[in-house]
Amino acid sequence: MIRIQGLRKQLGTKQVLDGVDLEIESGETMVVMGRSGTGKSVLLRHIIGLMKPDAGSIQIDGQEIVGLGERELNRIRLRFGMLFQSSALFDSLSVGGNVGLALQDKLGMSEPDVQKRVAERLEWVGLSGNEAMKPSSLSGGMRKRVGLARAIAMDPEFILYDEPTTGLDPVTADAINRLIRSMQRRMQVTSVVVTHDMTSAFHVGDRLAMLHEGRVVFRGTPEEMRSTKDPLVRQFVEGTSEGPIQVL
Amino acid sequence: MEDSIAIRGARYVQQRALDGVAEVGRITMLLGDTLRFLIPGLRSFRLVVQQAHSIGVGSLGLVLVVSVFTGAVAAVQAAYQFSNVVPLKYLGSVILRSVIIELGPVLTALVVGGRVGASVAAELGTMKVTEQIDALRAMGINPIRFLVVPRVVASTVMLPVVTVFANAIAIFGGFVVAVTTLDVSAHTFVTSLKQFFFMRDLFSGLFKSVIFGGIIGTMGSYYGFATEGGAEGVGAATTRAVVSSCVLVLISDYVLAHVLFRFIFDS
Repeated sequence: MIRIQGLRKQLGTKQVLDGVDLEIESGETMVVMGRSGTGKSVLLRHIIGLMKPDAGSIQIDGQEIVGLGERELNRIRLRFGMLFQSSALFDSLSVGGNVGLALQDKLGMSEPDVQKRVAERLEWVGLSGNEAMKPSSLSGGMRKRVGLARAIAMDPEFILYDEPTTGLDPVTADAINRLIRSMQRRMQVTSVVVTHDMTSAFHVGDRLAMLHEGRVVFRGTPEEMRSTKDPLVRQFVEGTSEGPIQVL
Repeated sequence: MEDSIAIRGARYVQQRALDGVAEVGRITMLLGDTLRFLIPGLRSFRLVVQQAHSIGVGSLGLVLVVSVFTGAVAAVQAAYQFSNVVPLKYLGSVILRSVIIELGPVLTALVVGGRVGASVAAELGTMKVTEQIDALRAMGINPIRFLVVPRVVASTVMLPVVTVFANAIAIFGGFVVAVTTLDVSAHTFVTSLKQFFFMRDLFSGLFKSVIFGGIIGTMGSYYGFATEGGAEGVGAATTRAVVSSCVLVLISDYVLAHVLFRFIFDS
């Protein structure tokens, strides 16, 4: 379980997170939505300890991670997998090298075991036999799938997805959404998905939360979000520029 | 009331001085972290070998071209300055000592500093702005151990190796010019080389190369990790890495010359 309480973070002069409270139950998929620049990715980076908050608390299964040093954080991070917005594949490594890196480096697995696990995870994401390819020769959708295979290589308990469908065509985006769903069923993981893609949010989320001006202004099931009368949430769900959220 | 130009100027100088001190502090911290993770980093021996190949073998061609002409120019210049003052039979010794003490290590460091400093800063800078370094951290892999240690160790180890080749080729360049255009016989040149060869000269040059290698690897890594923004940030980091490597090589060359030749070898 991930419990976030009173999380605050200022970047430059902007208060990006202004007291975020959120609980993600074990085994559920929480989708965090919100306009671009509302701090969704910043929130995700706090959960895995890539950023340190100005105030607040983040507990992973009851263990406070705010204030931990890199060494302790690295132990916690082994329980996580993260799919980055840009996929963040290592250019200098092959697809197989990307997926197997942590297995070799952190678990010290033997080369045959690494190859076996890499082949299995690439099969899960529909990229069997592509171990030798270089990231530079992959399409956007393939890069996301390799990123996902890398995120699940270590059998994580938690998977964080940063804008998993951004920049993809609708068909590929749907394939990624299905993959996220299949990972949930197959691995029983706790997931946090950051997105502003409503189709993706309703497809993969058990519960949805909406961030606005640094705070969580809505949390509930997809059905509750569809039927809410909250004008802020309605405007976002309907995707209109007219309403309480000022764009221009 | 607005501050006068003098006060604003003083504030600007003060701010730049503080920024400079802060930067030195951050570089020192990176160096400290590199030393702290040296042993764990060396366990990934494959990464060190990859970097050593890229830095050493990759630089060899360029360094050898520069060296052969350095030796050739040294021969021509020395012959010009010797005219009517020093017999040309000493040409070999002058080329030998100037190359192994100074020209070989410093020019090799400047050439490698330009090539390797730029490539390390650009590679790490690109990794930083494309979230690859964050991805490493998210996987629980320490980027200093995984990225910086192999590069700093490889450049520290490989620069002296490349310098040995550079020295040999520079002396060969001087030899060819001396024999073919300056009427110095091969026997005279080689005798002069042997007569004035001292191990301490070779040692001092290679010791300087070790320090220069450490500087080049550290500055490339530091500016790569400090990259902000996109392509523009990577370009700026690359430029800073090359300029700072070259300036620090020359400054440390002076300091090492003082330490080695005035306090150690002279005592």
